[in-house]
Amino acid sequence: MKKRKPNDLVLQTVTKVVSFLIILFSIRMFFAGHYEPGGGFIGALMTSAALVLLLLAYDAKTLSTILPIDYKIITAIGLVFAIGTGVGGVLFDVPFLTHAYDKFYLPLLGEQTLHSALIFDLGVYLGVIGVTLTIIKTIGESE
Amino acid sequence: MTNLPVYPILIPLLAATALLFFPKKIKAQRFIAAVTSGLTLLASLYLLLQVHAEDTRTLDLGSWPAPFGITLVSDIFSALLVTTTSFIVFSLIIYSFKMIGRDREGFYYYPAMMFLLVGVNGAFTTGDIFNLFVFFEVFLMASYVMIVLGGTKGQLRESFKYILINVLSSALFVIAIGYLYSVTGSLNMADISARLASIEPVGLITVIGVLFLIVFGLKGAIFPLYFWMPSSYAAPPIPVLAVFGALLTKVGVYSIARTFSLFFPENEFLFSLLSLLALLTIVVGVIGAVAYWDVKQIIIYNVMIAVGVILFGFATQTEAGVEGAVFYLIHDMIIKAGLFMLIGMLILITGTSNLKKMSGTIKQFPLVGWLYFIAALSLAGIPPLSGFIGKLLIIRGGFEAEEFVGSGLILLSSLLVLYSVMKIFLNGIWGKPEEYRPKVTPNSPSIMIPTIIIVFAAIMYGFGAEGLHSFMNEAAQQMLNPENYQNAVLKE
Repeated sequence: MKKRKPNDLVLQTVTKVVSFLIILFSIRMFFAGHYEPGGGFIGALMTSAALVLLLLAYDAKTLSTILPIDYKIITAIGLVFAIGTGVGGVLFDVPFLTHAYDKFYLPLLGEQTLHSALIFDLGVYLGVIGVTLTIIKTIGESE
Repeated sequence: MTNLPVYPILIPLLAATALLFFPKKIKAQRFIAAVTSGLTLLASLYLLLQVHAEDTRTLDLGSWPAPFGITLVSDIFSALLVTTTSFIVFSLIIYSFKMIGRDREGFYYYPAMMFLLVGVNGAFTTGDIFNLFVFFEVFLMASYVMIVLGGTKGQLRESFKYILINVLSSALFVIAIGYLYSVTGSLNMADISARLASIEPVGLITVIGVLFLIVFGLKGAIFPLYFWMPSSYAAPPIPVLAVFGALLTKVGVYSIARTFSLFFPENEFLFSLLSLLALLTIVVGVIGAVAYWDVKQIIIYNVMIAVGVILFGFATQTEAGVEGAVFYLIHDMIIKAGLFMLIGMLILITGTSNLKKMSGTIKQFPLVGWLYFIAALSLAGIPPLSGFIGKLLIIRGGFEAEEFVGSGLILLSSLLVLYSVMKIFLNGIWGKPEEYRPKVTPNSPSIMIPTIIIVFAAIMYGFGAEGLHSFMNEAAQQMLNPENYQNAVLKE
């Protein structure tokens, strides 16, 4: 029997627009974490949701051409960031995981407070994306 | 050096992360795992000597003062356990090189081992009850990976049971912490201890104590809650079994000792319940150890017996009993690792774990046979070896607390323990020699050297009991006087 390719034109077109919106919103969630509800965990889940939407509308091959990444490595990089912030404290001979912050002048954004907890959150963000997509891709690809 | 207590947790954590980047480069995996676990051992030894020379070391993570942040507490008891754990994991990683097989090594075996070391060391060091839960989950997750890795039929079946029972007990753990938090309003163990000492003893606190006993009893396999252990532990390959048998149940035992001595020091009901359950654990363990003709099962039931003996010693609440429990706990971790390693060699030689199908291996492999003989005598507690002094002190503690039945039972159990391990020696190692052609010879250095080191450590532990006495006595004092712990953490 000839395998017919389903016509997903509407889904694929909508996905092209919506997935970017979801990713933008997830990044906003990620940066909002310190003062408003949000943070690394929820931001990462939402980014993964955008990638899963791409997986649904296209297929695993398309996603791996758009993002040629091994998600297990992403998890490991996330761990490096998270542990690295803790080790930073060790290097300055203050207790492990002691954080620091300062005010910086950033182009376009003006004066902003940057806190080393952000790097820890980035670690959580990468770790959660890595784990979620590893799970989904592994289950999806196994026969 | 402010961060000294965190190094035994941090070094394996960094190593595990590094190992995630190149799972298929097996040589590099082996090298990094062995070197970093060796470094962990050195760091924990240094920590132990520091704690012994000075005093309890505490570290307020993130520079938040004691009851508000998470505090790591290295008193002498936890430092001793961390050192023993690092030592055993270091030996077992080298032992795994030849024993575990390449297909497992290529699928994150060494990272799982390092994460397990992180979890166990963390659980021994933390001073925060919820953080204890988190470290429990860390080493349990790693142990789920290790029990199922390889995916044979038996492993899949047993890992299902193992995960189910541990998810259940973790949920109970969270509930118990929730109750405790609603009573005391704190999660810092020293702070909880101080607060519980200052309020009227009510029934609810005893209920929380029983809940903790159920939770940690499920992890540590005490009498009515041991049912999952014998079959689950027999499923994974030998190095994993050795890690589980030597370390995981002992974390449950440590947690019972820590929480009971800190939170419920005067609660007689809890301690007599603990004593009763410990004795029943010994009885069931002895029955299992004597009944089976499977070498793995015999040693697994011996793990249970040891858990019972340690908890009985602790439950006497006498100085001798608690000191004996600490002595016996460390001894048992080392000797169980050694026995499982030797059993693994025996299975490697004969290709079976059925005792009736093996005999006379000592003719071909004399070193394995005699090492096993020493380890078996040491387990039973023959005087110059390591098991003696701990059991002697536990029995003395039992007599001081006028628990004559319990002490008698422990003496009797030693006899049956000796019978069960000598059964392996007489049937499997002694007897009519047969010709064996193992695929991997147990005489290869990466298998033999760590085993010799472990057995040698067990011997030296027995001969050096005098030198270790000051460590163990200090640990017992710490457990019997929770005020010291409170003062060290809360800095009053």
